[in-house]
Amino acid sequence: MSEPSLEVVDLCFSYPDGHEALSGVDLHVHHGERVALLGPNGAGKTTLLLHLNGILTAASGRVRVSGLEVGSDTSMEVRRRVGLVFQDPDDQLFMPTVGQDVAFGPANFGVEGEDLDVRVTEALGAVSMADSADRAPHHLSYGERRRVAIATALAIKPEILVLDEPTSNLDPASRRELIEVLRELPVTQLVATHDLPFALELCPRALVMDQGRIVAADQTADILTDDELMRRHRLELPYRFDPRAQGRA
Amino acid sequence: MFVVAVLFIPSQAFWAYALAGCLLAGVMILAELPAGLVLRRLVVEIPILVFALLLPFFGQGETTEVLGLTLSVEGLWGAWTIIAKATLGLGASIALASTTTIPDIIRAMDHIRVPRVITAIAGFMVRYLDIVAGEFSRRKVAMSARGYQPRWWWQTGPMAQSAGALFIRSYERGERVHQAMVARGFSGRMPSFGDRPATAREWVVGLSVPAAALVLAFLSLTVLS
Repeated sequence: MSEPSLEVVDLCFSYPDGHEALSGVDLHVHHGERVALLGPNGAGKTTLLLHLNGILTAASGRVRVSGLEVGSDTSMEVRRRVGLVFQDPDDQLFMPTVGQDVAFGPANFGVEGEDLDVRVTEALGAVSMADSADRAPHHLSYGERRRVAIATALAIKPEILVLDEPTSNLDPASRRELIEVLRELPVTQLVATHDLPFALELCPRALVMDQGRIVAADQTADILTDDELMRRHRLELPYRFDPRAQGRA
Repeated sequence: MFVVAVLFIPSQAFWAYALAGCLLAGVMILAELPAGLVLRRLVVEIPILVFALLLPFFGQGETTEVLGLTLSVEGLWGAWTIIAKATLGLGASIALASTTTIPDIIRAMDHIRVPRVITAIAGFMVRYLDIVAGEFSRRKVAMSARGYQPRWWWQTGPMAQSAGALFIRSYERGERVHQAMVARGFSGRMPSFGDRPATAREWVVGLSVPAAALVLAFLSLTVLS
């Protein structure tokens, strides 16, 4: 098989208070895949995501992005390759206008002038927010802010897009729009989520994380129908949601 | 620049103040600012007006009789200067704030070489002020919902604790925002977005009012000397 877009080998990390958040994570994501990262609260999902573009540094183990090992000397190139979308769009959108926020990433990587304008227009267009460049982030709805947050990562033209809980706090219509946007993006995606129907709809493959390690990796439908695995790792489907019926639909 | 020019106009040059006032009124009329809005925003000047109006009563030196009241001449001049300059300065600020969006003001500060760290801080403040204020008002509602109705200063403890907790949450948000910036390649220096430079026409329009005020200040100083 070809070289993975993302490869994590035996990754360990402890916070300064001694809490061990990652205790030997192994995973790989191949080019063009959309992979869900499932797991209960406190499983270490966000901590893992922060390692993927070098914001947190591993105590041991390694992370490779298209063969490039994440480290202090490679962090800028890694951040160009991995676009990270945070859970709360208000953490991600900090500039006075949407356009400036989307331009922030590529401008850090030296894109300027007309090229920068094109990046902003394309990224906002990809999330159906092309008309919002001059609007202030706090004037947007939560769903719109979430899509703009995705555009801020897309504008860097990453090889892999990593999203942390992209459907949290979204109303059903905004969630539907988000699924359509993500499905159309021609980029490898790793999506950490509690929203299991969303994972099933968007991601053919899923990883289950619990207590700082990957405990299962399989087709999303197979994971969601493995009742014993689901119960063991505190994963629960919405009332009367049947993943088998979804597969047949 | 308008405000600085007005500061230089001597107190005795009533005509210069009148012309500066006309200039400002002209700008407000051109910008179609509603009179009600301007008056409402001028309300913040009231404490200064009260202070200025007290000056003639407490001033030293020569006195004069006005409507049967004995007032200090020096105090009257002081009051007039403070009222005229404060009103013109505040009026100019209202005209600027009502006709220019905050992002444009920050961008303009960037263009005139205000240090980027200052404009970045101003930008962050604008962006997060309403989020923090919203969080604080939600906390107040949540406290009221549980029967908290402070009447006396010794009942304000929970409010202070809430403000402290909000400070910590804002600090943590700051850390997350920084992480999100670093994730997009931020390395300690805000990038330049290469905004288009202002056109000659925009410079002429933008500078016309401050330049006219400077001429007024220069003329009033020359005439009186």
